[in-house]
Amino acid sequence: MSGKPRLTYLNGRGRMESIRWLLAAAGVEFDEVYLETKEQYDKLIKDGFLLFQQVPLVEIDGMKMVQTRAIMSYIAGKYNLHGKDLKERALIDMYVEGISDLMQMILMFPFSPPDAKEKNLESIKERATNRYFPVFEKVLKQHGQDFLVGNKFSWADVQLMEAILAVEEKISTVLSGFPQLQVFKTKMSNVPTIKKFLQPGSPRKPPPDAHYVETVLKVFKK
Amino acid sequence: MSGKPKLYYFDGRGKMESIRWLLAAAGVEFEEEFLETRDQYEKLLQGGSLLFQQVPMVEIDGMRMVQTRAILSYIAAKYNLYGKDLKERALIDMYVGGTDDLMGFIIMFPFLSAEDKEKQLAVIVQKATSRYFPVYEKVLKDHGQDFLVGNNFSWADVHLLEAILMVEEKKSDVLSGFPQLQAFKARISSIPTIKKFLEPGSQRKPVPDDKYVETVRRVLRMYYDVKA
Repeated sequence: MSGKPRLTYLNGRGRMESIRWLLAAAGVEFDEVYLETKEQYDKLIKDGFLLFQQVPLVEIDGMKMVQTRAIMSYIAGKYNLHGKDLKERALIDMYVEGISDLMQMILMFPFSPPDAKEKNLESIKERATNRYFPVFEKVLKQHGQDFLVGNKFSWADVQLMEAILAVEEKISTVLSGFPQLQVFKTKMSNVPTIKKFLQPGSPRKPPPDAHYVETVLKVFKK
Repeated sequence: MSGKPKLYYFDGRGKMESIRWLLAAAGVEFEEEFLETRDQYEKLLQGGSLLFQQVPMVEIDGMRMVQTRAILSYIAAKYNLYGKDLKERALIDMYVGGTDDLMGFIIMFPFLSAEDKEKQLAVIVQKATSRYFPVYEKVLKDHGQDFLVGNNFSWADVHLLEAILMVEEKKSDVLSGFPQLQAFKARISSIPTIKKFLEPGSQRKPVPDDKYVETVRRVLRMYYDVKA
């Protein structure tokens, strides 16, 4: 065992991508195992690795962790990215959960039927620009600090950065009404660990393509 | 301001019920404001109380908290129901994640079309008995302790009891293959704060009925059927 966390998932973003972002932001190196066949997945279940028969799975500190939120909370807590006290943690949790609702729409998008894709894209744009981005624009404007919570880099900043880039991939001009978020995006891009993660050759995965969707459907086929 | 937490939601279970359970389990009294009209909801929105335009919203310790999971985490930590260290917290988070997924199927149930309801009922029972209950059955059997994590009452125990009772409402004998869970249910139900919450007259809400569904649809203008 290398001592590094080991991630088991498909070779693509999905629910594991936020975990990759957070580990990378914390400067933590990790190994990855990619699920490519149903047999691999069935074997993981049979061997008792997946508590609820689901991935993501992250082997870390002697635990076989599942449940994306649980995994991220643990990483954030361990690497001091979860605020300095209960109230800061509450703020970070609120922000992360909100962003996660937006990310959920993007996560599901490749799996929507072709005739629903245009409507779903419109929904993503609407939610991003009317519900989520205005909140963080306002937070940053009001306190004038570089980071969302407690004047310190946290899980909330990483999650927001990931969401901004994911939405921009779909709607390149989405930040046009959000000057604070534009500045935030630049600042986060320059955080050394994030800068490294954004460079080619990092563990960051590309946007989901047809091959990825096909693999998901194949591996998780009932 | 009374100092007590104040819950803003519909007069029914939905996503707020787990919060009611946890506050009650922690012995914390709370007030509730029930959304009945669209106007009330719009007033809350205009007043800026709902960070992402959604309920549940809980006023607690000077904060207007939204996002069910954030609220539950805060309450659990504040009232020492979140384990003694990061690893116990990780276990609790994992277990709660499972019961949350299971209860998620039940929460959406009233909003499904009649046809989907029948299918979903089978899904709920199947997931409960083959994916979720066996996990907790094994955890309890393996360590032989009264509580799921760290030999101490925690959020995970409250959430599991809530889930068990919700599934039982759909299929009364669902625990028949799970002796550990049967004992767990009896044990946790007799904890004084939980016992009180399970008695008539408490703030526990009944199984959602047509009136509840109608209220939610009206207030949120959510007139489509949710997809299973």
